[in-house]
Amino acid sequence: MAENAAKKEKREKIPRQPMPEQEPKVRAKNFDEVPFGYSPEAAVKEAQRCLQCKKPGCVTGCPVEVDIPGFIQLIKEEKFTESIRHIWQKNSLPAVCGRVCPQEIQCEGMCIVGKKGEPVAIGNLERFVADWERENGTGALPPKADPTGKKVAVVGSGPAGLTVAGDLIAKGHEVTVFEAFHKSGGVLVYGIPEFRLPKDIVAQEVNFLERLGVKIECNQVVGRTTTIDELFEEGYEAVFIGVGAGLPVLLDVPGKNLIGIYSANEYLTRSNLMKAYRFPEYDTPIIKGKNVVTLGAGNVAMDSARTALRLGAENSRIVYRRSRTEVPARGAEVHHAEQEGVEFFFLAAPTKFIGDDKGRVIGMECLKMELGEPDASGRRRPVAIEGSEFELECDLVIVAVGTGANPILTQSTDGLSLNKWGYIDVDEKTAKTTKKGVWAGGDIVTGSATVILAMGAGRIAANSMHDYLTLGW
Amino acid sequence: MFKIVNREEMSDGTVVLNDIEAPKIARKAKPGQFVILKANETGERIPLTMAETDPEKGTITVIYQVVGKSTALFKTLQVGDGYQDVIGPLGKATHIEKVGNVVCVGGGTGIAVLHPITRALKEIGNHVTCIIGARTKDLLILEDRMKAASHELHVCTDDGSYGHHGFVTDVLKEVLEKGETQQAVAIGPVPMMKFVSLMTKEYDVPTLVSLNPIMVDGTGMCGGCRVTVGGQTKFACVDGPEFDGHKVDYDELMLRLQSYCENEKQCYEEFCIMDS
Repeated sequence: MAENAAKKEKREKIPRQPMPEQEPKVRAKNFDEVPFGYSPEAAVKEAQRCLQCKKPGCVTGCPVEVDIPGFIQLIKEEKFTESIRHIWQKNSLPAVCGRVCPQEIQCEGMCIVGKKGEPVAIGNLERFVADWERENGTGALPPKADPTGKKVAVVGSGPAGLTVAGDLIAKGHEVTVFEAFHKSGGVLVYGIPEFRLPKDIVAQEVNFLERLGVKIECNQVVGRTTTIDELFEEGYEAVFIGVGAGLPVLLDVPGKNLIGIYSANEYLTRSNLMKAYRFPEYDTPIIKGKNVVTLGAGNVAMDSARTALRLGAENSRIVYRRSRTEVPARGAEVHHAEQEGVEFFFLAAPTKFIGDDKGRVIGMECLKMELGEPDASGRRRPVAIEGSEFELECDLVIVAVGTGANPILTQSTDGLSLNKWGYIDVDEKTAKTTKKGVWAGGDIVTGSATVILAMGAGRIAANSMHDYLTLGW
Repeated sequence: MFKIVNREEMSDGTVVLNDIEAPKIARKAKPGQFVILKANETGERIPLTMAETDPEKGTITVIYQVVGKSTALFKTLQVGDGYQDVIGPLGKATHIEKVGNVVCVGGGTGIAVLHPITRALKEIGNHVTCIIGARTKDLLILEDRMKAASHELHVCTDDGSYGHHGFVTDVLKEVLEKGETQQAVAIGPVPMMKFVSLMTKEYDVPTLVSLNPIMVDGTGMCGGCRVTVGGQTKFACVDGPEFDGHKVDYDELMLRLQSYCENEKQCYEEFCIMDS
């Protein structure tokens, strides 16, 4: 039935509900979440803005195809429990996605309401209903299919692995996740800071899967503690590799090993996983610089620069070799960083690091850059401007220029075809690798990308794995 | 939890041995490999090379010196207690080959790491000369085990309280002078490995050392344990921990080992106050 004119006008007048947030200068000193989350009233109001399109663009924009109009309708009707159950049909980590997805280029980027005004705040709504369930829900679990008696091994407990685990446990298979670290979650726990994704929330999302029956074994390095072939010998019939792109990229310039020069992986793992931000309550230390430089301008660089502020930096600067136009980080992350006081130096790159007599970094020499022709990635190549050397004082440098494929598993597994960068080759439609019974997805296939893309890859793999377990290779 | 099934204190309580129940690791570990241990929720992850493994009993052995809070915390763990997390086996196994005459040099707790390698080199058919050193007699560990693992054992103490009065390099020089050594292995404090390597280089004897940089994950994802070997960056946790002793930048390693000395001091002092 068509909306009547009065109702339509009323709906169109509702502005996008703002997300209440901590003040920038306040939050730059704490590790609490920046957004406070919608109240139920704000959520219901925002839900009213959704047009309930017959051909929802938002769903095509979602890598895991959540039925967005469906869950939003349920919020509108104040049926929050039903809403989260609806999301669970397609997404087992909604509290995570609602916080870290780049909705602006996915669901919200396709929203029709966004063509004329601001899109429906799909991410905020997903977050609202996931948080509501966690705080008020009954803890009831979605239904599971009958046991199939088939055993599945998932290597890596990051977003790709957790998605495969969630999908296959629901289909009745026995699932064990093998995680190298002492805590599960992968990049959700070591890479994304507490102030963007609280670890209690990750733990609860993982716990949800454990309550469904997924077994998680930590401290298992596949490729060392055990191997994929050994897993097959133990009776696992299908294996998913979701180990991520956990190889740091460091700059090859003089002074690169001075004390105080960290890969972003190390800096963030110390702070996020080992909770060095709470040193000495937690034993792992982290260097807290006064003048901090982060090299790179992706989401990881934003996380690093903002963490440095919270750890007491007087200056936290991003130094990026291209310009603002090429910045790969989410607009929202750059915006939050700038509000908090992170400064941006564009078109500059380091040529060497300067140290004191104790081997600690005290400065960085840089060259100014200008943009030339596009390189292989399609982005304009930075070209050094001769004679433009300048120095930046710094006592902590975080190198966040990307990651590569960690070879610990791939080098110790026969039959896996890799590309020249060490990433695993897979069939696009099924996520199958060249090794029988083995699938792969996420950053170990694509190179470093996002949580949601890893989940999308996990979804494709899980479907193919289920077919294999029930029908054959 | 990874339970401690046996515990010994040596060197006046400054060195502790733990046999830890870790069957999966015990079955797979080879000489030269290490584990990462974490005592509890707030503890650090720290690497220790395995001194021994018993696949049948399902146990691994680590021997550590108490040098800071984490090792002091480990020392409080008794038989029946355990480590919350033990991860391994990590690192590349030692390349064991029959080459003829081998000299194995160990200092301090490096002797524990040297032991399984020495034994493997002997078992494969090398003639093994072993030189171990410590500051003083009470700090010398595993003398009997090293004697059994080699054909000839020489002991040195800095203060002359036992064996040769002087450094391991004094005895090493005599061995190398014979001109019959095909391979050397040196494991101990960084300055010791540096000077042993400088010496063996003069005699053209290939030398393996086992490096001990600060580590976090141990699986090659953070780069914290990076060392420069032959001008190239290597990660001790996945490319090592053993490297060509003649190519290691020891001075850089020694500087990087000081990265947290103030934090370490603060933590250790607070722990000692609380623990006393």
